Amino acid sequence: MEPILEVKNLIKKYNHVVAVDGVSFSLTRGVCFGLLGPNGAGKTTTIEVIEDVIPPTAGEIFYKGAPRTPSFREEVGIQFQSTALLNLLTVRETLETFKSFFTKTATVDELVKICQLAEFLDQYNDRISGGQRQRFLLALALINRPELLFLDEPSTGLDPQARRNLWDLIRKIKAEGKTIILTTHYMEEAQYLCDEVAIMDYGKIIARGTPEDLIRRYSRGVTVVLPRHRFPLQPDRFPLPVREVKETIEIKTDDVNQCMEQLISHGIDLSDITVRSPNLETVFLNLTGRKLRE
Amino acid sequence: MSFKRLWSILKARNREFFRDRSAFGWNFLFPFLLVAGFGIIFGGKSYTEYKIGVFPSGAEQVSIERLNIPQRFKKMNYLKFIGFPDAVQGLEKLKHHRIDFLLKVGNEPHQYWVSDASPKGYVVEQMFKASLISPEGEPNAEKKEIQGMAIRYIDWLFPGILAMNMMFSALWGVGYVVVRYRKNGVLKRLKATPLTAFEYITAQAISRIFLLMFTLVIVWTGCDLIFSFKVQGSYIDLFVIFLLGSLSLTALGLVLASRGTSEEFTTGILNFISWPMMFLSEVWFSLEGAPGWVISSSKIFPLTHMLTAARKVMHDSASLIDVGPEIVILSAMTLGFLVLGAALFSWNK
Repeated sequence: MEPILEVKNLIKKYNHVVAVDGVSFSLTRGVCFGLLGPNGAGKTTTIEVIEDVIPPTAGEIFYKGAPRTPSFREEVGIQFQSTALLNLLTVRETLETFKSFFTKTATVDELVKICQLAEFLDQYNDRISGGQRQRFLLALALINRPELLFLDEPSTGLDPQARRNLWDLIRKIKAEGKTIILTTHYMEEAQYLCDEVAIMDYGKIIARGTPEDLIRRYSRGVTVVLPRHRFPLQPDRFPLPVREVKETIEIKTDDVNQCMEQLISHGIDLSDITVRSPNLETVFLNLTGRKLRE
Repeated sequence: MSFKRLWSILKARNREFFRDRSAFGWNFLFPFLLVAGFGIIFGGKSYTEYKIGVFPSGAEQVSIERLNIPQRFKKMNYLKFIGFPDAVQGLEKLKHHRIDFLLKVGNEPHQYWVSDASPKGYVVEQMFKASLISPEGEPNAEKKEIQGMAIRYIDWLFPGILAMNMMFSALWGVGYVVVRYRKNGVLKRLKATPLTAFEYITAQAISRIFLLMFTLVIVWTGCDLIFSFKVQGSYIDLFVIFLLGSLSLTALGLVLASRGTSEEFTTGILNFISWPMMFLSEVWFSLEGAPGWVISSSKIFPLTHMLTAARKVMHDSASLIDVGPEIVILSAMTLGFLVLGAALFSWNK
């Protein structure tokens, strides 16, 4: 199947700073693709170049097999990381204003239903909560029934409940068959929403695959965690490598059964044990030696 | 170009303006207050231009009739007399230009003090000296009345104040607002839609011109009810001139709005342009007799041409043909600013 989007060797420089350094990828229709990386990795610049909001220094971008034309803007939906909106307009009026910019549009009622806007539809843009605002910005991005949707850090700044609501909403949109590119620095978000993830650091994609694939490739094994007071041995007396982290000890192992047997045989109380599966955070740590939000 | 897109961004901008009650109200109130203020200052008989200190005097408020100073000086117009207990206090005020002239009460020979650094002091000194000349010694000169209806100062000033208000409203209402929208990302959001830069800036300009003309009509009507302005020419011609003036000022606002994301820097640029324009476009005072280079440089401002044409229509019954040169210049400036503004316009930071 022809990819909906193809990016070839994209480069964006600001004076001598290389923000995006030779990024290439292609997307098939209907996938949710996540660009994951710490702040300053080049995620936003990458998608803003693809969105045609900023010009690239070099590289090629193909939408449905051809270079982007002015009609590209009619067919894609964009949610920026931080957007101010027209002052002193209600949510409904803003939706109607944006609706008039496009040829093929969703109705306001549809958007209200999908994005749950009913309770604040007649309030001014700047009088709504963070969660309401993100749903509203998502509705604006959906107003032209886009085939390709760009979401730049959609849940940044939201409380856990609002974030979970937004994720469910994005999943619903994805189920309609839309292709989504999202950037995030939340591992959980990428794991929950994305079919495919590219990890970016210093302007380059350093790994790419499904979340499961990346974990399998770059982060084998599990981490067993016990409170310090439940582990009476000297760390070097235990047959597996043990790391002390604050008030806990962490044991990394590829064989969780063997680790448990060893702990029991050393008479250690397992009441407060936690077993942590690897996640994309661990992948990033293993790839770069840094934590994602350092 | 899509009229649907243009119309909806125009509607959004107008809603924003009309809903911002404080800015909206101020837009009408400010010129009205200015005109009313000047009407009170210059309209009444009590207007005084020169302050004369007299000593010794027990009170600051002096009764002119009882003062022992030359009779003819007492009766001169535009003088206000302020009493001081002694010379020291009077001189202190004179030194700091709080008064223009200091006079000792008493018989001849009169004693007075005046600062050589004060132009007003010089004028009062001449007035004082003239008041001492006996009627027989007056030079042989005949006073002639101005023919036709006299133009009151308020009639001369009023179009200036309206035009000045238009200038500030056009430059700040377009320049500042667009720069703020560029800075906070609204323009970037709009860029991500099919809306074109031309549609966006046209909508901004139309919205501002509509507001300027709407304000003009309201303020004119309101002030006219109080001051009964005398318009010798046609109201339609006057409207056309103000419309053309607002077009050129709004287009200049678009040039200033075309780049930049710093509100502070834009404020500086707006001040840099609006202040000289206000002083050199004869809003407040005539440039008659000013050095040639001052008069020439005033011609670069659209406000100068708008005001010249408006005053000609208002006071000299000029028609649009009579103010043809001003109309041509204003039209050319509008076109030039629009082309420049559109060429320089950027959505991004």
